[in-house]
Amino acid sequence: MTAATADERGPVTTLATPIALDFDFTPGVAQSRFLRGLEQGKFMGQRCSVCGKVYVPSRGTCPTDGVPTTEDVELSNSGTVTTFCVVNVPFAGQSIEIPYIAAQVLLDGANLSFMGLIQELPATEVRMGLRVEAVWVPEDELAPSLASVRYFRPNGEPDADYETYKEYL
Amino acid sequence: MSAARAVRPVSVASFAQAQNVRRDDQRNEVEGLLPVIAEAFGAIGITKDDVDFICSGSTDYLVGGPFSFVMALDAVGVWPPRSESHVEMDGAWALYEAWVLLQEGKVDAALVYSFGRSSLGDLNEILTLQLDPYTMAPLWPDIVSLNALQARALIDAGKATEADFAAVASRSRRDALANPKAQVAGDIPVETLLEDEYVVAPLRRHALPPITDGAAAIVLAAGDKATRWSERPAWITGFDHRIETHALGARDLTASPSTAKAGEVAGVAAGPVDLAEIHAPFAHQELIVREALGLDGTVTVNPSGGALAANPIMSAGLIRIGEAASRIAAGQADRAVAHATSGPCLQQNLVCVLEGA
Repeated sequence: MTAATADERGPVTTLATPIALDFDFTPGVAQSRFLRGLEQGKFMGQRCSVCGKVYVPSRGTCPTDGVPTTEDVELSNSGTVTTFCVVNVPFAGQSIEIPYIAAQVLLDGANLSFMGLIQELPATEVRMGLRVEAVWVPEDELAPSLASVRYFRPNGEPDADYETYKEYL
Repeated sequence: MSAARAVRPVSVASFAQAQNVRRDDQRNEVEGLLPVIAEAFGAIGITKDDVDFICSGSTDYLVGGPFSFVMALDAVGVWPPRSESHVEMDGAWALYEAWVLLQEGKVDAALVYSFGRSSLGDLNEILTLQLDPYTMAPLWPDIVSLNALQARALIDAGKATEADFAAVASRSRRDALANPKAQVAGDIPVETLLEDEYVVAPLRRHALPPITDGAAAIVLAAGDKATRWSERPAWITGFDHRIETHALGARDLTASPSTAKAGEVAGVAAGPVDLAEIHAPFAHQELIVREALGLDGTVTVNPSGGALAANPIMSAGLIRIGEAASRIAAGQADRAVAHATSGPCLQQNLVCVLEGA
């Protein structure tokens, strides 16, 4: 055998080296406030003192201006679907029946949308501008987690004007 | 200036670091960085709009979150869109990248920052993952044991004793008493330290660094900005970094040829050295680096207390440069050497020579 050739068993092509690491998560001051809000069934955001934008969830800073966000703002339970997709792909551990809708929801008073499920509406009827409201888990199941929000559903209001959310697509 | 090669004068115009603590369980990485960057800017009366380039050093392995370095940019505010870069290394290497960009002469100022959150996971496991993933990491040799091998080699070669390690630790933590940002400080004599239990022989507790959460930021400046932002600029007159093989068994662990080469190229020997900030997380490593840099007993080493007083991983090297520059800016030194290390047992080393006007 020369150095340039493997033996008759051929080259080794796979080596399993199991690795698992555990970490503590530090959400920080601002995100903790958001998570504590969820525990109480409400959305808490923070306003930038320079540009006035309200972030939810806030990470404690305005990513545009680089200053701390110190003013807490409680946001509405209602918002607008700015964009969405219909999920038809099954995957392991899926807890919701397909098809379902994942949407970006811009809460009233917020300048940052975040992702939510849309339910109580056929997938074919979801649309940009749809007005929705959050449906929370029962009070005794509320936790500092986004799982406290079961989903969003239509709140019955007429669709929002495109001009009101075009900056948040 | 006596650099080994022609360089565009670039100064460390400002330096700030977080209070080094065992565990910051209140603030996330962005919240920890915000006041540090604000202090670095505020100290010289500038804003984010006065820097042309941003470079950071950190590793996602420490916080266990992907793209933590991207989210950290929220602490700067990147609007209008900025020219930015990141190295998965200590912030000292981020500083090197920024310095190289400034050498090109197209921009005159850069912000360099790094956050080191060492407390969120198990460092012995995390740092094992920097080893060869096929033949070394699966054995899970922890970082303390690897450094104990290095310390043992040093003793067996007759180059140092356990008392020498204790002397480094004693001096470092005594000096740290004057460093308000230090995490571990105290005036404990060598004889008392030698009564410590071994963690991994021959390393006793005092020869190990603390586990530290921290962050640091530096503003680099060239041209008019350098002289406008500093009364006494700390000029970088030599800068180099070198790496050795991954294979620990192929190295002489009692010496650091990469440090020696980096020091040679950076021009350490081209003039007298008043002080050196050496990034030696384990006490014995200071002895190896001192020798590699050719520093004699007249050189003040680690007046800040060094990494034995606070070791925010990924920031501790950048802090060495900041500490050395601060002493030049304050007129306490005319010529200083800052060193940073990365990888197991001093695998990779960076040397920065700083000079006053």
